[in-house]
Amino acid sequence: MLLNPTPDQAFFRDNTARFLDEHVPATVLRRLRDDPQGFDDRYWRQGAELGWTPLLVHEDHGGGSISGDGLVDLTLLAHEFGRHAAPGPLAVTNVVAAALSGAGHAHQLEVLDAIVSGASVATWCHGEAAPDDQLDRLDRLATDIRVDGGDVVVSGVKRPVESGGRADHLLVTGRTGAGLTQVLIPADTPGVAIEPMHTVDLTRRFSVVTFDEVRVPADAVVGAVGRADDQIERQLQVAVVLSNAESVGALQAAFDLTVEWAFDRYSFGRPLASYQALKHRFADMKTWLEASHATSDAAATAVSAGRPEADELVSVAKSYIGDFGAELVQECVQLHGGIGVTFEHDLHLWLRRVTLNRALYGTPAEHRLRIARILRRREEAA
Amino acid sequence: MTADQPDPPLAGSEVEDVESFRRRARTWIRENLALVEPSTQVGLLRNDRSDEQELEDVAHDREIQRRLFDAGLAGVCFPTTYGGQGLTPAHQRALNQELAGYEYPTRFQAPTLSPCATVLLEFGTEAQKLAHLPAILRGEELWMQFLSEPSGGSDVAGALTTAVRDGDVWVLNGSKVWTTGAWWSDWGLCLARTNWDVPKHRGLTVFMVPIRQPGVEVHRIEMLNGSKEFCQEFLTDVVVPDTDRIGAVDDGWTVGIRWMFHERMLHSSPYLSIPEGAIRHGLGGNSMLSVARDAGRIDDPRALDLVAEARLLDVVSHQLQERIGEGLASGQLSDQSSAIARLFVGLTESRTTTIAFELAGAAGAAWTDGDGATADAGSDFLMRQVACIGGGTTEMARNVISERVLGMPRERTLDRDVAFRDVPRGP
Repeated sequence: MLLNPTPDQAFFRDNTARFLDEHVPATVLRRLRDDPQGFDDRYWRQGAELGWTPLLVHEDHGGGSISGDGLVDLTLLAHEFGRHAAPGPLAVTNVVAAALSGAGHAHQLEVLDAIVSGASVATWCHGEAAPDDQLDRLDRLATDIRVDGGDVVVSGVKRPVESGGRADHLLVTGRTGAGLTQVLIPADTPGVAIEPMHTVDLTRRFSVVTFDEVRVPADAVVGAVGRADDQIERQLQVAVVLSNAESVGALQAAFDLTVEWAFDRYSFGRPLASYQALKHRFADMKTWLEASHATSDAAATAVSAGRPEADELVSVAKSYIGDFGAELVQECVQLHGGIGVTFEHDLHLWLRRVTLNRALYGTPAEHRLRIARILRRREEAA
Repeated sequence: MTADQPDPPLAGSEVEDVESFRRRARTWIRENLALVEPSTQVGLLRNDRSDEQELEDVAHDREIQRRLFDAGLAGVCFPTTYGGQGLTPAHQRALNQELAGYEYPTRFQAPTLSPCATVLLEFGTEAQKLAHLPAILRGEELWMQFLSEPSGGSDVAGALTTAVRDGDVWVLNGSKVWTTGAWWSDWGLCLARTNWDVPKHRGLTVFMVPIRQPGVEVHRIEMLNGSKEFCQEFLTDVVVPDTDRIGAVDDGWTVGIRWMFHERMLHSSPYLSIPEGAIRHGLGGNSMLSVARDAGRIDDPRALDLVAEARLLDVVSHQLQERIGEGLASGQLSDQSSAIARLFVGLTESRTTTIAFELAGAAGAAWTDGDGATADAGSDFLMRQVACIGGGTTEMARNVISERVLGMPRERTLDRDVAFRDVPRGP
């Protein structure tokens, strides 16, 4: 997280921190594990009032940021979501809101209003099951979106789709010939089937969403047909930036708890924190943690400013945090011993969140492949 | 004053803004410095240059440093009184960015400009600072650290080199080791024992010692790869005037603490002009693509995965150093947090060397001069651990992080509150 937030940013972040402390303490999170939606609508509406939804939306559409840099502001919230292992589709909601605000038709702005107010939930249907060529799956979409007269027709299977079971609207990305297209589809449109999935997280919910020749009017397209590639790339960058910031928040919480444990827990008449074999592991973990903060923030700033190296920095951060963050939190479990793998202990709340985020929006290896491609492209251009 | 936070420019004085400084630096660099291949900045610990070449390079470094000084680009964060520019870390960062890809006076960075010059800046008398800092910035003095001793590397406060007072002078005897390039250097910053009857930290004093004199014998250590950059010095009845003492008598550890802080800070120091992307040892992520290509594996997904890993570690390393630097400057991170950057860089460089070796395949075992970027990957692997040893071991960094940053209990030691002469020593 930002080392030096402005006073406004700190106030904004602390508001959400207090709200989450109060509304979703660990006892509530444990109860929500059997809730099909994972959060209640009132919680989400109150969050929207605290500024969870408008940060990437133009001021003309009821949006606005705290610092002039909405994405960086949003990473402060994502960090708190991580620290609290909070429920709610923060990343996808903001991705859809930004897309509609940037390229939506007039009638879609009503949907945007409802999303910003928290009355309605929307999600992004992007990821798909691995194609044959496993290496390239982040950039391969098989879902077909074709123009048919005054309609567009969507066919394909998306998974995992966050909050698919609760969403009122689905922003679907797919292929139209050589280019990409995005369409906003009401979740109750005929031909849309939504099946819940199992997941590692306590409160996040995911679905398989199947589009069987789903026909909607052409003005459901967000942006231009076959020309949404850059827009989708940016959405992916935003989603990764938020997932990274959330993971870093979860890592910070897990690490702090484990350091505290090392001071309090005595074995052989000494605190764990006095054993050099363990102290050195804590030193490594602290280093991974600070590096995770640094790379997460650097990528957020680059994406927000639209800098040319943003794509690389996003993949660098995702890959680093995915690998080292997962190790860090598993080390926290190891240093706790048996209690660390019980449901009663809080550690798994963050373990789940870090594990979830490692696997969503591209694994570390998939992002390393992107980095290699970017390096080669850059070399060819030089 | 402390040297980790450069003084803000005097109120009311005209300070050059970062962007115009950057433009000025860019123009000058493009007109005056040569572009270099990344690999030519690497060779510090490779056995790939003759002594004559090395001495030519030293002379060239002195000349570049002098030209930087004349252009008003040397010592960005050093006060103008001592020949510096009196500017900020942001200016230094801009210079480092503009230097990317160009030659620079490598041998003037660590340890000359920091920790040696920064220790002088912090603890030197006015006369000492005026005598040496401008000379350093003009390229006239190369400094080395006379710190480690053969009897112990990590336990620097256990120094055995002795300084005995004789009127207005001190007489030094002992041995120092692991000084890079002492054979072409001018001055040594020397930690010596001045009192054996008090606990080890309370009997140390720091001196400035000219290296080129009969009492200092410089012996070059041959490393396993044939490199002879590291030296050991034997000091025999070296006479040092009391005016060349830094800090108070027996208070050398106060200086030593800051000295080691600056040493750990090297990776995020605002006093060094190191082009962005250049690293001390091994190969940066950028050049790993060349290793993969020259190994014939540029389309092998497993090779590309390793290339990307090296690249991302290099990028994160810089991001972390920037975060630590920012936190130290704003006071949100303690001085001791510099150990975090030190640990990360050591582990990253070591991993990067392994990656190059892995990519090289059989060329890592046997190679020809025509093998391009894969040549020497095997030798580099043999020297891999240098990144985790030199400049304070990663184990010491882990101690500092756990004990000083996280506040965990310190290791039990047997040399506290005991007169140093009574501390147990090996044979």
